[in-house]
Amino acid sequence: MAVDLSVQIGALTLANPLIAASGCFGYGVEYAEAVDLSTLGGVAVKGLFLKEREGHPPERIVETPSGMLNAIGLQGIGVHRFVREKLPELRRLRATVIVNICGSTLDEYVELARVLSDAEGVAALELNISCPNIKEGGITFGCSLHGTFDVVSAVKKVTPLPVIPKLTPNVTDVASFARASEEAGADAVSLVNTFLAMAIDVETRRPRLSNIVGGLSGPAIRPIAVRMVYECRRAVKIPVIGMGGIATARDALEFIIAGATAVQVGTANFVDPFIWGKLLDGLTEYMRRHEIARIADLVGTIDTTSREKQWISS
Amino acid sequence: MLVDVEARVIRNTRLSPDYNVIALAAPDIAAATQPGQFVMVKSGRGGDPLLRRPFSVFEVLRSNNRVDGLTLLSKRIGVTTRILFDAVEGDTISCLGPLGRPFEPVDPPAEAWMVAGGVGLAPFATLGEALLARGTKTTLFYGARTGAELFYLDWFRSRRIRLVLATEDGSIGDRARVTAPLERELRAFESRIPNPESRPAADVMVYACGPEPMLEAVAHVAARFGRQSQVSVERVMGCGMGGCYSCVIPVRDGAEQTRPAHYVRSCIAGPVFRGDEIAWA
Repeated sequence: MAVDLSVQIGALTLANPLIAASGCFGYGVEYAEAVDLSTLGGVAVKGLFLKEREGHPPERIVETPSGMLNAIGLQGIGVHRFVREKLPELRRLRATVIVNICGSTLDEYVELARVLSDAEGVAALELNISCPNIKEGGITFGCSLHGTFDVVSAVKKVTPLPVIPKLTPNVTDVASFARASEEAGADAVSLVNTFLAMAIDVETRRPRLSNIVGGLSGPAIRPIAVRMVYECRRAVKIPVIGMGGIATARDALEFIIAGATAVQVGTANFVDPFIWGKLLDGLTEYMRRHEIARIADLVGTIDTTSREKQWISS
Repeated sequence: MLVDVEARVIRNTRLSPDYNVIALAAPDIAAATQPGQFVMVKSGRGGDPLLRRPFSVFEVLRSNNRVDGLTLLSKRIGVTTRILFDAVEGDTISCLGPLGRPFEPVDPPAEAWMVAGGVGLAPFATLGEALLARGTKTTLFYGARTGAELFYLDWFRSRRIRLVLATEDGSIGDRARVTAPLERELRAFESRIPNPESRPAADVMVYACGPEPMLEAVAHVAARFGRQSQVSVERVMGCGMGGCYSCVIPVRDGAEQTRPAHYVRSCIAGPVFRGDEIAWA
């Protein structure tokens, strides 16, 4: 049985629902030896500011049970070097490039969107309004409904590219931020970014990260992320891109059934850079077994009404 | 070529209550490994530990001229190293590699001086073999807390690698940090050169692996005597592929110590750096 894995994010068609998550895949080119980037639904590159950034001093990550805490601080080469040095290689590798952008002001987001709209080979913009690790970054937009609305509207005015705000889970009601994004014209929302968290070395009584606090990712956060995707799916009509601790095809399916049109994989790629083929095989196997021709038909099909239908006779 | 393999444990040799050498059936990785490169190891299943850990390739194993595996030198400190210490023949350990920028071996008439601190011995078996294959005269300066933690001495001796040993308790060799005999020999080497101004700096290439304060001391003492150094650093790594930006180290371009330092990823720009390239704290 032929299966159709393609999904639609606004005007953008992805070959399949698997996207490499921003901040977990460098600029994509680092992974070209492990995976043919053109086989991924998309590659969300590391968050870019207008200018180069050094990021936080080490220690930048610490492992926690079934998860990792990071406070990298958005080290990056800046948008201009990205366009010059990385984008041509990503074009050559035929990657569907989603550029994650981050600014301290509305004007910076607008300028970033302008630069990237003029560049060749950008498929969509993901607005980083949710990085928990830097004070001056977009989190101030991402934690205010007005801020979210304003930044999405401003970027939409200057770019023909699909605009995908990436939402933080560190708010009371993430679905209201999905709604604000939709009202401002967003083509999709992606969630969740990491959960603000911390870890302490009790022997030295020092924080385990130089930044004291960081963002928690990995399988530890997955059930919370699934719940948030489910809530957002019910709140908006635009596509929801789900992420948070996906490590297997079954994990990805959980998000899709909860309402994610596409999913992003981050931390698991650190553990296994060859994960992508395994995830695609797992999705295909599931669709064949359940006789689902188009994965788009599986999105949001969670059954919350019917009860257990049959008893297993013994 | 990057390979991920579920490598069978061929044997596991305990060297002390903390140190072990584990042999893994990962021939494709072993055959492609250059001295100083590392593998990312995932021991255990599931979420604990979640991430891989980096290990220098210690030995490349050969039988009948065929490469059939590699070994890792490990010191039991955390979760992964405890699993490696306890592993038994037939277990499998996921092994990704080879990764990272290797050492650059020097050719004669230059000499190679390798400086190892503790588990920092790991890259010097393969580097020593590569140097000897080039006919380069090779010395290993090797320091540990105590003589019982100096391993593989006969392995190096039998390959005609000169040993200079140091222990903190004086049980074997100098009662000193390993940098003390290194400095003494660098000074003696300099005094043998009739006119230091006329000689190229590469007469001795210093290679170092061990705790970062040791690497800094080695880089400084080498520079003080006009010798180049290559040091292998170990920072907390998430992926080993350049994806996560956790293992960064501050460097300066072109050895210009006046330039501002910037962070580079030690997994792909390193783990081997020139000693004068790192902006030491």
